[in-house]
Amino acid sequence: MSIRERLSGNEAAATAMKQINPDVVAAFPITPSTEIPQYFSTFVSNGLVDTEFVAVESEHSAMSACIGAEAAGARAMTATSANGLSLMWEMIYIASSLRLPIVLSLVNRAVSGPLNIHNDHSDAMGVRDAGWIMLFSENNQEAYDNLLMAHRIAENENVLLPLMVCQDGFITSHSIENIELEEDSEVKKFVGEYHPKHYLLNDKEPIAVGPLDVQSYLFEHKAQQAEAMKAAKDVILQVAKDFENWTGRHYGLFEEYMLDDSEVAIVCMNSTAGTAKSVINDLRKKGIKAGLLKIRVYRPFPYEEVANALSNQKAVAVLDKADSLNGMGSALFEDVTSSMYVAGKHVPMVNYVYGIGGRDTTSKDIESVYNDLIEVAKSGKIDNPYRYLGLRREEN
Amino acid sequence: MPYNLKEIVAKKPSRFTEGHRMCAGCGAPPVARMILRALKEEDHAVIAGATGCMEVSTFIYPYTSWTDSFIHTAFECAAATLSGVESAYVSMKKQGKLPNDKHTKFIAFGGDGGTYDIGLQSLSGAMERGHDLTYVCYDNGAYMNTGIQRSSATPKFADTTTSPAGKVIPGKAQVRKDLTKVMNGHHLPYIAQTAAYMNFKDLYEKAEKAIYTEGPTFLNVFSPCPRGWGYPTDELMTINKLAVETCYWPLYEIVDGVYHITYKPAKKLPVEEFLKPQKRFKHMFLPGNEWMIEEFQRIVDMRWQELLDLEKMGQE
Repeated sequence: MSIRERLSGNEAAATAMKQINPDVVAAFPITPSTEIPQYFSTFVSNGLVDTEFVAVESEHSAMSACIGAEAAGARAMTATSANGLSLMWEMIYIASSLRLPIVLSLVNRAVSGPLNIHNDHSDAMGVRDAGWIMLFSENNQEAYDNLLMAHRIAENENVLLPLMVCQDGFITSHSIENIELEEDSEVKKFVGEYHPKHYLLNDKEPIAVGPLDVQSYLFEHKAQQAEAMKAAKDVILQVAKDFENWTGRHYGLFEEYMLDDSEVAIVCMNSTAGTAKSVINDLRKKGIKAGLLKIRVYRPFPYEEVANALSNQKAVAVLDKADSLNGMGSALFEDVTSSMYVAGKHVPMVNYVYGIGGRDTTSKDIESVYNDLIEVAKSGKIDNPYRYLGLRREEN
Repeated sequence: MPYNLKEIVAKKPSRFTEGHRMCAGCGAPPVARMILRALKEEDHAVIAGATGCMEVSTFIYPYTSWTDSFIHTAFECAAATLSGVESAYVSMKKQGKLPNDKHTKFIAFGGDGGTYDIGLQSLSGAMERGHDLTYVCYDNGAYMNTGIQRSSATPKFADTTTSPAGKVIPGKAQVRKDLTKVMNGHHLPYIAQTAAYMNFKDLYEKAEKAIYTEGPTFLNVFSPCPRGWGYPTDELMTINKLAVETCYWPLYEIVDGVYHITYKPAKKLPVEEFLKPQKRFKHMFLPGNEWMIEEFQRIVDMRWQELLDLEKMGQE
């Protein structure tokens, strides 16, 4: 039986971690994810978990300790945001190359500089090619559910990759919403025990982890990582199926909201999807066929499925909550347009960079995007595919 | 307990095997081998290595010189990485996920680059958190793996590729960091400075104490580098001896904060004898540069006296 509760996104993540009961948590505080290690420390000090909590002196050491713990044969978890993830960056790549299924709760925040503690996705986008599975969450429920599914995905022997569950800093991490929690014992059963094949602490089989990997080998080892990432897609769907059988809550690679008959669609991730759904409901009342594709699985990127789902639209807007500063489009836009091109689907598409540094994105903003798309659909013309949403410009 | 070091060396199987690619005349391999000899045969060990000469020369895929479990992640985080391994051990042992009758010991190896400099934060954090592990710094006084760049462990006046002895600047301008004393600021149960000298007795005994003292322990081991220091490869043991006999590298331990000098030369040799066989100091012997040797001697004397005073304080 599910338990109805009211929790913030951070509480939801910490609750999931408590129920998962990992062997080791190593974390360093950073806004807006600080509450996660705080809540978790109280679970440790009250004996509610078996975890060794390692209060490291930096995020670099947090990820290093997680790598050491996971390689030793333990389940290791951490949480961070923004600059914390930037400081981990070196170790993020090492974690995935060592094929260690570490699970990280990432509470998305703008990476400095200048310093800003509010939400955007520039932290996650900085590690999008680091070989981690990346799941995005619209609200506290999804952050909780994604974490409950995380280990089953990451530890699958065809995958063995680290995984991060993203949610929007403050917008969902600090907002208290209704949530359905599962029973501790049921979570324990679903997540299962971790039995790695090879681990440092097995005195019967000493192993060596992290060698110097010269020209004759590195290429093949990286290709194995790429294969594992591809294999993760089916595993994610299988785990989602088992999860649905257990909880009744459905998850796919992405969520389609009124996309089957829509003519203009938005693609976005995390909390903005909630605003978009509300706008779609209003537009539909006016007879406007608006739809939404909300990415849940960002890595591996479901390029075939996304192209297929968007192929019948008359115009599509991709919303990026991080600016790639590359003179062209941002990361999600590149992924979606590339998926469409490879699938031979030509749909007019525009990119909006929005919500940078916690800039509020209102239903009015989202509505303006749909209005722009209606114009694009009518004229078939796009003056400028690279646009901003909610940017304050100097008035002439 | 009485023991016979010769017998230990002859009978205990080496846990650091031949076939590695460290340079001839390098001080580090005999140090690693002897430290691992201090492990009880029945104990499993997990060794962590910081990126550096020792790691890239002993662990090239698909080979390893380490018979125990070994992990390398990056340059600056051997201590943090091993602290994660040790935490996993504590957690899994507590939960009954590991056999009760077996013990695992944890030893990290880092050069002075990975320890004094880029890895200092990670080391300090791991030591302060009190993990039951031994961190060994093999100190060769420069970044040797990248080609002899100065580190904070490089002695004053040494010629390195980023502190070259030139017409205006006579090698490294600064004195070296005293990491062993920095570690004492962490209030560790056991800290020692040692070298492969006098048939390795000092090194072996300190390694055993470090590994089998509960809590975080630290060994700073003198480790000459023939390429960086410019001495003939067969002179390794002479360099070790001269470093100790001139008091450039004093052998001492700090047990729960109390200093104890484990070897006092009967006749302290002038530091010139240590400097002379090494090419990195050769500019100090040019006419007109006598002041450099005097200055070097003054620093060595000052540090030695400090150590004698610290030992005396502990006895009082």
